[in-house]
Amino acid sequence: MNSEGAAGSSGPFVAISPPSFAHTFASGGDLTYNTTMEKSTFRTKSGLAQSLKGGVIMDVVTPEQARIAEDAGACAVMALERVPADIRAAGGVARMADPTVITAIMETVSIPVMAKCRIGHFVEAQILEALGVDFVDESEVLTPADESFHVWKHDFRVPFVCGCRELGEALRRIAEGAAMVRTKGEAGTGNIVEAVRHMRTVQDGIRKVKGLPKEELVTEAKSLGASLQLLIDLHESGSLPVVNFAAGGVATPADAALMMQLGADGVFVGSGIFKSSNPGARAKAIVEAVTHYRDPEILARVSRNLGEAMPGIEIAAIPQQDLLASRGW
Amino acid sequence: MTGRGPLLIGVLSVQGSFAEHVESITRLGARAREVRLPQHLEGLDGIVLPGGESTTLLKLIDAFDLRKPLQDVIAEGMPALGTCAGVIILAQRVSSHNMQTLGILDITVARNAFGRQSESFEEDLAFEGFDGPQFRGVFIRAPKIEACGNGVHVLSRLQDGTVAACRQLDVLATSFHPEFVEDLRVHQYFLAIASDRRNISNTCT
Repeated sequence: MNSEGAAGSSGPFVAISPPSFAHTFASGGDLTYNTTMEKSTFRTKSGLAQSLKGGVIMDVVTPEQARIAEDAGACAVMALERVPADIRAAGGVARMADPTVITAIMETVSIPVMAKCRIGHFVEAQILEALGVDFVDESEVLTPADESFHVWKHDFRVPFVCGCRELGEALRRIAEGAAMVRTKGEAGTGNIVEAVRHMRTVQDGIRKVKGLPKEELVTEAKSLGASLQLLIDLHESGSLPVVNFAAGGVATPADAALMMQLGADGVFVGSGIFKSSNPGARAKAIVEAVTHYRDPEILARVSRNLGEAMPGIEIAAIPQQDLLASRGW
Repeated sequence: MTGRGPLLIGVLSVQGSFAEHVESITRLGARAREVRLPQHLEGLDGIVLPGGESTTLLKLIDAFDLRKPLQDVIAEGMPALGTCAGVIILAQRVSSHNMQTLGILDITVARNAFGRQSESFEEDLAFEGFDGPQFRGVFIRAPKIEACGNGVHVLSRLQDGTVAACRQLDVLATSFHPEFVEDLRVHQYFLAIASDRRNISNTCT
């Protein structure tokens, strides 16, 4: 498999293209400046994700909720029509949100606004880009539009985040142009167990690749279904070329800190905030827990008096066909 | 502030691109310390305010009582480097939003003034005092430095003339992200400021 050059750079430091020198001679012989300015490079895309690290991205369905999230210290919001718990309850086909909702939220807050498109639905992605959202989540929470292919994300100016359950899936999404990955978890359940599994599986995969002798990398690429070049880069750098957030089932400050201690770069909270009894207080507590994730005394303090968490669902009680994490390939 | 050995630089680590700054600093042979609480500011030779979301950073600064200690150590002469959101934190005036910044650097900034994420860009910058090729400035939902007071020295401008980096005494600000490139010259420049400051402090005691 070939990898994309843009996504093939390594480490937290994305490789720099050689400096391009500014002067070019126009046909008339005038000295003109080549502006050397480039918009929407892979580095500006993955760099926004890096700027979100150590932060909490919250699902919101109204401008009022977006303001509560921003006031609580969210580093970004995900604009939706329904949170995953309600999508799960409603059933049927879940689609991109109405642009009216997304635009109203963009006009309300100054932090980045993300929105979801269906897996493979590149026209929903085009619409979200036209609306000017700051990030697109190609998300298994919505009903997939394509059973074989994800969006070719390199073609877009807007950066993408995608879900993953293991290293191969993460690297496939990165090869397609994702500037950020996240665990899938099991959205809308308030149950952290799947996010833990996915984070541990990705981390195990990274540790394994780091330790492999070079001659085993090609076979590992084959078995993971991942780009060999990305695997070679990972072998050398020891880390993914993009940030990896936790998502899917985070309901408490302790859940968020758990994911951070397991190696997440930051946390998405979907239904966990606005399906709880005191969203403002819970949102602020989760933000503080992500900053101080290694300090149990602060975690104990921020976990007090938050009211009821969202109701949780045992994963085994969910019929197989209703599991969201198995969507995507 | 009168230690010897490698410089010890604090990096505000409540949210944002702090790990990249830590890596840049340690690659240059200095030590770095993540700063999340007031006691982490003790004994530092400099402090970095990283990129991130400025609203989030300010809320966490206040939630853990870092505002006054940060203002005090910088007022007492601790060198500071602010990048992207860090520039907003340092600025005295924000024209676009009502924000309670630390109010240190005599500049006026506007948040996200280059546009939303799709307008984020890279541009080669001439930077005063840097030898060799231009510095690759990575501007991500960047703040725009709209005006600088008399005591502020401009170090770098975009081709349209907009200020991209400036310095007031030992406080350095870049509206771009030097922590996202391999080129370490901005961090080197900041460590030189911190080193000079420590030498002055040592001489005076």
